Amino acid sequence: MKIDWQPSASVETLKRRAQLLADVRLFFAEHEVLEVETPVLSSAAPTAPYLDSFQTDFIPLGSQDKHTFYLQTSPEFAMKRLLAAGSGSIYQIAKVFRNGESGRQHSPEFTMLEWYRPELTLFQLMDEVNDLVQQVFNLPAALRFSYRGIFELFCKFNVFNCSDDEIRSFAIKRIIGLPEDLEVKRDGWLELIMSYVIEPRLAAMNMSVFIYDFPASQAQLAKVTQDNSGNKVAKRFELYAGGMELANGYDELLDAEELRQRFEDDNQQRELQNKPRMPIDENLLAAMESGLPQCTGVALGLDRLMMLMLNKQNINAVKTFKFEQS
Amino acid sequence: MANFSTNEFKSGLKFMLDGDPCSIIENELVKPGKGQAFNRVKFRNLKTGRVNEKTFKSGDKVEGADVMEVELEYSYTDGEFWYFMDAVTFEQHAADANAIEDCKKWLKEQYVYTVTQWNGTPLLVTAPNFVNLAVTETDPGLKGDTAGTGGKPATLETGAVVRVPLFMNIGDLLRIDTRSGEYVERAKS
Repeated sequence: MKIDWQPSASVETLKRRAQLLADVRLFFAEHEVLEVETPVLSSAAPTAPYLDSFQTDFIPLGSQDKHTFYLQTSPEFAMKRLLAAGSGSIYQIAKVFRNGESGRQHSPEFTMLEWYRPELTLFQLMDEVNDLVQQVFNLPAALRFSYRGIFELFCKFNVFNCSDDEIRSFAIKRIIGLPEDLEVKRDGWLELIMSYVIEPRLAAMNMSVFIYDFPASQAQLAKVTQDNSGNKVAKRFELYAGGMELANGYDELLDAEELRQRFEDDNQQRELQNKPRMPIDENLLAAMESGLPQCTGVALGLDRLMMLMLNKQNINAVKTFKFEQS
Repeated sequence: MANFSTNEFKSGLKFMLDGDPCSIIENELVKPGKGQAFNRVKFRNLKTGRVNEKTFKSGDKVEGADVMEVELEYSYTDGEFWYFMDAVTFEQHAADANAIEDCKKWLKEQYVYTVTQWNGTPLLVTAPNFVNLAVTETDPGLKGDTAGTGGKPATLETGAVVRVPLFMNIGDLLRIDTRSGEYVERAKS
């Protein structure tokens, strides 16, 4: 059998990639954000029900004891411990790992740019993301829509007032070929509509958009508040461009007890799906109890951003070697 | 027939859907939000030729389709069926009008065609990329016009009509690209 050992990116692309990484570092140097490196391996892992970590064992020399470690799916937990220790604004360009995710826009190992800004509000952080993607990656300026606003625009229903049944029948009517036995909750249908109905429309219009004020049930690690109509919303944003989800930002949840509860809920979800519970990051919770400063943070998929800028259709075209060859 | 899980999906995989054999054109992983993963599949129904889309939950299984591609030589038609022969076993395979619809105008005896068979029955006949066909009808050739500008219609021995340069005459043998349906050059023999 002939072995395909050649890089999956051209040398020309790798030169562009190197320059983009240098430009990103320059951008943050100019904004006085400190570059940090945190451990890739951790004894704890995220609990999110549909996020699967790679795991490996540490075996101390001279022993048979196995200590399980997980490869990070994002550097978020360690970076928050730095923030609690008084680091101020920090960023990281990190290799992250997500088990099972492989496709045109997904690689099990990819590069994430993540940064935290104690002095910025969520909207100011959106401004900064916008500046970065325009200045370094030449993307058009992104428009802003609330989650409710974008659904009103493209789907003509109000995500906060609409019944579960109305949302479900809208999804089934508008998305061709969904599995007949599909059972998902309200948020699952909304997320499907976002992926299948809204994202392609935005891409067809060549629009980059920030979407903010997600339903509180999709809060993840963001604070929950009320919008000006009194709906409970998560202080989160996502950036969509070129039909892809590029970035996910939070006004970070500071309450350790609340976060422990969310981790616990996630682990219960995992058990219902016969997935293993994930060990909760007690280091992070202890750091939060000692005091995480008010901060906003965002994670951005650098490979996808490079795909957009360099007009590549497959994530492997911007990576030295694709996962299948690694 | 074997079952295939979504993690084995790739373009060209033949599977059964609602009783029809289908071929995957494109398979994409979608992970809406932080929710469960899906495989969004674009496929061709090999019976109807229609392209469609279906979403599978990651981990779902499909039944493989017993679909094979064989190279067969076109022999003749009796008006109802078109007969193709296996050059090794001399076995004859009858394709119906549906199966040859796309390549009917490129069918010429003794040329070898790719025949997609499902459970042994021809489903779809695909023409080779290039065939040489003689002109049976066209306006008289214009001597001196070798630039190939403009052109004129010519009917070929299979009934296909293509645009050819003005200097072509009845009886000339032409090389045709069956994918675009365009004249390429004058063929030698």
